[in-house]
Amino acid sequence: MQPFSYVRPSTVQEAVTAFSHAGAGARYIAGGTTLYDMMKLRIEAPASLIDVTAIEELDKIETHSDVLRFGARALMAEVAANEVVARDYPVLAEALSKAASQQLRNMATVGGNLLQRTRCMYFRNGEGVYPCNKREPGSGCAAIGGLDRGQAVLGTSPACTAVSPGDWPVALTAMGASVEVVGPSGSRMIPINDLYLLPGNSPHLEFGLIPGEMITLITVPKNGSARGSTYHKIRDRWSYAFALTSAAVALEIQGSIIRNARIALGGVATRPWRAAEAERVLNGARLTPETALEAGRAAFAGATAGSHNAYKIELGIQTVSDAILIAAERSRS
Amino acid sequence: MNSIRNPDNAAERPGSFAESAKLSRRAVLGASAVGAGVAVVATAFPASAGDAVETEISPLPFPSPNALMLHTTVNSVDVAVEIDPRTSLLDLLRERLHLTGTKKGCDHGQCGACTVHVDGRRVASCLTLAAKLEGRDVTTIEGLSDGPDLHPMQQAFIDHDALQCGYCTSGQIMAAVACVREGHVASREQIREYMSGNICRCGAYVGIVAAIEDAARKMERT
Repeated sequence: MQPFSYVRPSTVQEAVTAFSHAGAGARYIAGGTTLYDMMKLRIEAPASLIDVTAIEELDKIETHSDVLRFGARALMAEVAANEVVARDYPVLAEALSKAASQQLRNMATVGGNLLQRTRCMYFRNGEGVYPCNKREPGSGCAAIGGLDRGQAVLGTSPACTAVSPGDWPVALTAMGASVEVVGPSGSRMIPINDLYLLPGNSPHLEFGLIPGEMITLITVPKNGSARGSTYHKIRDRWSYAFALTSAAVALEIQGSIIRNARIALGGVATRPWRAAEAERVLNGARLTPETALEAGRAAFAGATAGSHNAYKIELGIQTVSDAILIAAERSRS
Repeated sequence: MNSIRNPDNAAERPGSFAESAKLSRRAVLGASAVGAGVAVVATAFPASAGDAVETEISPLPFPSPNALMLHTTVNSVDVAVEIDPRTSLLDLLRERLHLTGTKKGCDHGQCGACTVHVDGRRVASCLTLAAKLEGRDVTTIEGLSDGPDLHPMQQAFIDHDALQCGYCTSGQIMAAVACVREGHVASREQIREYMSGNICRCGAYVGIVAAIEDAARKMERT
């Protein structure tokens, strides 16, 4: 591992200043479950690390106003166990508790998790053997035409099919969350939708952040659909695995008519994927197993498979359909 | 190896859990350090007692321009040690402090063999930068027993034959103790879910779950 310098500032301003002084090659680090891992794999080689975990102002978890507020340093395990989140926002609690293991959820922060990088095996383990446009821009993509069982079927490009690996970002995308970032030119709020980039011709650019910006806060608007929600995750094994397919669904239902549907997909796309087509099928419709399946089909209407991942389309359709029925059941209770 | 799994013989067998637990912390640290042939270069202080005790910590294996001093507590002993910032908590424990009970499996946070507690929370020590431990409190498998008395979870793993090769066991036990303290032992299903970060390639899972159920009852009573 390349040597690096390490500092641990105690305020956001100190951290931003430290980043500016360190210049190119500086990285913020929180739990380290992605970045330190990537450094061991020699995918990341920062010259200096700015540890943001001593910044106490990033700790707050506020659930009492009309907007949920999660400080970026709050641990995934802490937010998952929060009473209000667990009771009133099952989609958020399940996305967190079905991610990783309790050890990793005790380390990883809810802010840092938004910037988790792909588990594409050519990206992670292909150094010196396989080309990868994320690792070395312009070198090519070995996953396309390769062993692509885990690759994305939505949002792909001829340069990259790597899956966005997270669960929490998918749930936040369904719930219309926003992210506060602070950088050299001040702070700004960005919709979570704008945090993620499609791979296009530049798959090495993954996040809509300016160098030196750090995530400080996540906000989730309260809405009537939160209780009728679920994060439904299908894996190769029952626990402790990345999603093959997943669906975050939140429904507001009056009588048997769906008034407000929110759907996002994980495990199948190159970024957290808002399924607007599926939402359109549901909004104003009567909830039946047939409408749920129709919404699932709409979500994957634009999907394209490679050699070994066509199963994700059918599995994804069923995942969305099942998630809609689970969310609907909860919205009635 | 069978005697380790036999509670009747375990106390008599040198190197067994029970035998190790009879040794003082200082003696354990010293014995392993002498075995590794390293110099006495740093001091460690018992967190509670007044007088300083010198113990063996290996020096930095190479000069580091980025070296920093880390002040942390490991198994109730205050430790001051110079580290390179690249060092993981796992490598600090094993290579510098000679606490080799914590195992390196995958070194990428995927197997759970390196599980320790930091401020009471279970973490993967392989993905924890040692530099983050400044001012914090680390507990490893060596710090779990109360003197010669095994922790109920250690005893339960022996009683329920919850291992074969034993490589994952210290991580399993540290995760299991935290699992009980978190309150995630309401059912076998919940135990399996909250222990899923600890892989046992021998497949001793049935015994592991039984041991945790058993130890959870005993931990509640104490």
